[in-house]
Parts: sequence; C-alpha cells; structure tokens
Amino acid sequence: MYSQKVMECFLHPQNVGEIKDADGVGTVGNPKCGDIMKLYLKIKDNVIEDAKFKTFGCGAAIATSTMVTQMVKGKTIEEAMKITNQAVAEALDGLPPIKMHCSCLAEEALKAALWNYAQKNNLTIDGLTPPPNYVEEEEEHAKPEDQD
Amino acid sequence: MIYLDHAATTPVKPEVLEAMLPYFTKEYGNPSSVYRLAQRNKKALDDARATVAKNLGAQPNEIFFTSGGTESDNWAIKGMAEALREKGNHIITTNIEHHAVLHTCQYLEKHGFEVTYLPVDKDGLITPAQVEAAIRPETILISVMYANNEIGTIMPIAEIGAVAKKHGIVFHTDAVQAVGQLPIDVKAQNIDLLSLSGHKFYGPKGTGVLYVRRGLKLPSYLHGGGQERGRRAGTENVPGIVGLAKAIDLAYQNLEAKNAKIKALRDYLIDGICERIPYCRLNGHREKRLPNNVNFSFEFVEGESLLLLLDMEGIAASSGSACTSGSLDPSHVLLALGLPHELAHGSVRFTLGEDNTKEEIDEVLAKLPAFVERMREMSPLYEEFVRKKQNK
Repeated sequence: MYSQKVMECFLHPQNVGEIKDADGVGTVGNPKCGDIMKLYLKIKDNVIEDAKFKTFGCGAAIATSTMVTQMVKGKTIEEAMKITNQAVAEALDGLPPIKMHCSCLAEEALKAALWNYAQKNNLTIDGLTPPPNYVEEEEEHAKPEDQD
Repeated sequence: MIYLDHAATTPVKPEVLEAMLPYFTKEYGNPSSVYRLAQRNKKALDDARATVAKNLGAQPNEIFFTSGGTESDNWAIKGMAEALREKGNHIITTNIEHHAVLHTCQYLEKHGFEVTYLPVDKDGLITPAQVEAAIRPETILISVMYANNEIGTIMPIAEIGAVAKKHGIVFHTDAVQAVGQLPIDVKAQNIDLLSLSGHKFYGPKGTGVLYVRRGLKLPSYLHGGGQERGRRAGTENVPGIVGLAKAIDLAYQNLEAKNAKIKALRDYLIDGICERIPYCRLNGHREKRLPNNVNFSFEFVEGESLLLLLDMEGIAASSGSACTSGSLDPSHVLLALGLPHELAHGSVRFTLGEDNTKEEIDEVLAKLPAFVERMREMSPLYEEFVRKKQNK
C-alpha cells in the first residue's frame, strides 16, 4: 500500500534523534490518534542548519518525518515556511488517502518548531500562526546532565 | 514466509481443495434441478450439512449455509430482532464483539432497538451474572462472541447459554474464531444460533454457516428461491459448501493433539517475548484464550511500524493499531480492556496455525526484540520515559 519511496524512508530513516541545543522544538499529534512527531531545528543566521526528529507512529509517520527533515535542511526560514503537507507527500511519491494526515503532521511539526524558535527569540515570522496542536515544551534542557 | 495471521485467514488444505474441485467442473449441476447430475450435487449438499451438524452437536436440518461469518451474524441478529419485535426491543451483547455484530446492533439502534454493550474486564471477559443483571422484560436476544478475534479470550458460553435459557431469551454466539479450535456442542451449551466462517479453519473464503436451533422462527434474510428450505435463497455454493464441510471435519480430527502442539508453541512465544522485551503487556486472558492467539502491546511503539519491519523479514502478523484499520481509532477491543490509547496503538497479534514450527517461533523471537528496540529509539514517548526514569 506504500510507495517504494515511503518504504525506503521508513526502513532507512534519516535524521533520527535529538538536537540537545536546538533553537526550535515542535511536538505535534497525540497518542489518541497514534502519531506523535517531535521535530528539532538548529537555526543560524536565518538558515536551518540541522533538523532531527523522534516520532511515535506508523510507517507513513516515520517516512514523512524523514522527508520533512531532509527538505528543511539548508533552507531559510522563509523557504521552510513554504513547505506544505502536499509537498512532503509528493516527495514521497504519494501517500495512501488514510495516511495523508501523517503529512499534515509533518507540516505542523515544522511550523510548531519554527513557532517555538520565534517565541524564544521574540521574532515574528511572516505567515506563522500558533500551531493548532502546539505543545509547550517542558524545560527539558534544565538538567543537561540527565540527557545522556 | 512465516505466516502468523491465522485468525485473519488460513490457507485451504490440499484435501479440502481436492474435495471441492469436481464441483467446479464435472459435477457442476444445480442442486435444485431434477436430473441425475443435479441429484449428485444435492447429495453432496446433504452430506456436507450432516458433516457440519455432527461436528457441532446439531441436527442437519439446523444447519444453514451462508456466505460467511458476517452474513450469519447479520441474519441471526436482524432476523431475531424482526421476528421478536412485538415481544421486545432490547438486545444484550458485549463491547468487544466483531464489527459484524457491533455494527449490526448499531444499525438496529437506529431502528428503535435498545442495545446493552456489556463492558468486559481487563482480560476481555464478561460474567454470566453480568448478562443476567442486564436482562429486562423486553430483552429478546443475547449475542456474545465465543472467543475474541484480537485477544483470543474465550467467553463462558455454556454458562451464558444457561442464563439465556433460564429466562427464555434467544442466545446467539459469533463462534467464527472458535470453530475448528474448540470443541462445540450447541445442545449442551444452550446455543440457539451460532455463526461460523469456513476460511478460518482451512476452508474456502466466502463460505459460512448459521446454526439455527430447531423450532426457532428465524425469518428469511435473502428472499428468492426455495434453497436452504426457503430460508436462505440463492443457488448454493456447492464447491464452497463441500470444502467447508471437509475442512470442519479435518479440523476436529485429532483436535486435542493439534491443540497441545499449538498451545505449546503459543506459550513458548508468549514466554519468549516476556523474557526478551521489557515494557510489554500480554493482552487477553492468560489461560482462557484460544490455543493459537498471542497479542502483545509494546509500550512506546506503534503497531503498524512493527508489522512493516516483520514483513520485511517475511513474518506476517497483524495489529490493533488504527493505521491498519483504515480509521484513526485503535482497536475497540483493546480500548475496552482499559488500555490507554498509546498501548492500544502498539499492539501486535500473532495467531498460529497447524503448520507453524518451533524454528519459526525462534526466528520471531530472535528478530522482534531488535525491531521493538529500533522503533523505541525513534519514539519521543520512549525518550520522555527514559528521561523521567533518569530524573528519579
């Protein structure tokens, strides 16, 4: 039911992990619908230098996470803002209709991470509104010694 | 391939196929016709009916052939509701029934019936006392599945049948998962209506049976010709019926020995998973469960992703995850056990068959822990769990 590209991104996921000193972190989704996506961004001089993710979800959710992190790397914030769920799905050679929400989750996670970045730095990003599924990040970097 | 999804379907046994084949080509007559060709078909149908009856402790004239479990469930429930509408409008069932029963009950709710969905306990069981307490003067039907398709829990059917009998209420059981695995005696167990499906016990797909106790007035569901003594119209699926009968007969041969073998493998798999994988939960009752059913929830991971990894290694299993059901909701059965959503999404079901070997189970046990670990490494829920654990 999945395209080859989806299976490839699921079986060989890229950019899995955390960025300890991330500039923006976005978590979207909830256990109720079976998908949680957490996206970490490293941003320098308006450019997304690195992106990593942790995802609880089905094959499509893992694949879209991989794809969205690959797509944003090296992009300016303005360019990243133009990434839509459609674009993520297309880059995966399509998703089954019932899995399209996974691509929405990818876009939402990206927006949530950018929103988090903007909040932390008192910035306004054109076209960025508070994400619907936005979860306020805990003070998870308060005890860095506990991270390892 | 290691096939561990026998609750979904089973392959047709060679002996079953062999029994069916003549009825596609040489013996193609319509049993309703008069010439000898047709009469041989009629005989085949009669023999099949007698064989099915014998294996259920029923009489041949109590056996009605259908297209499968879903049709049998629909016929039994809608039929009794229609027949007894004057008497009452209340139906008792459970909250872990197969959708063929649940959605039929929901349909009847839209047409003036009231349905009590008895809540199961953490193992998926209901008690006869629960059933008795739910009975009202207007209760016309009790429908409780024999064994659950996802978690394998076996209900106290004979005891529930006794309660129904005591109160003079019709008792239906969806025995799709039980037939061929558990000995059944409809008379001793006070069953009035029983649904079964051929492809669950190495018979062909598209075949089923509804047992209807003699004397029970169940109206016709499919109207048309006079087949099945006027109660289920349509030219009989002769090859399918012959196959179903052959399959049920084979299933009940050496049942104890076969079950002992499958149960041993089942327990080996259950114990092996418990030993090798932390933070998992066996779903369903540990003892009162089908000989072939293993159902685990693995914390912090989602079921479908595990199924995909298993499939890459040629292991076929199934999941109660929403992502495999075509909706966003995880299995209603696992939620009914009281599992939180994330655990319900993280379930994997292995259902064994007669041909599975210890070597195959060893292979699953060798591969599964790494797959669970791999998905946990990607999981933000696991990350959070580990962090909280370290902070303690």
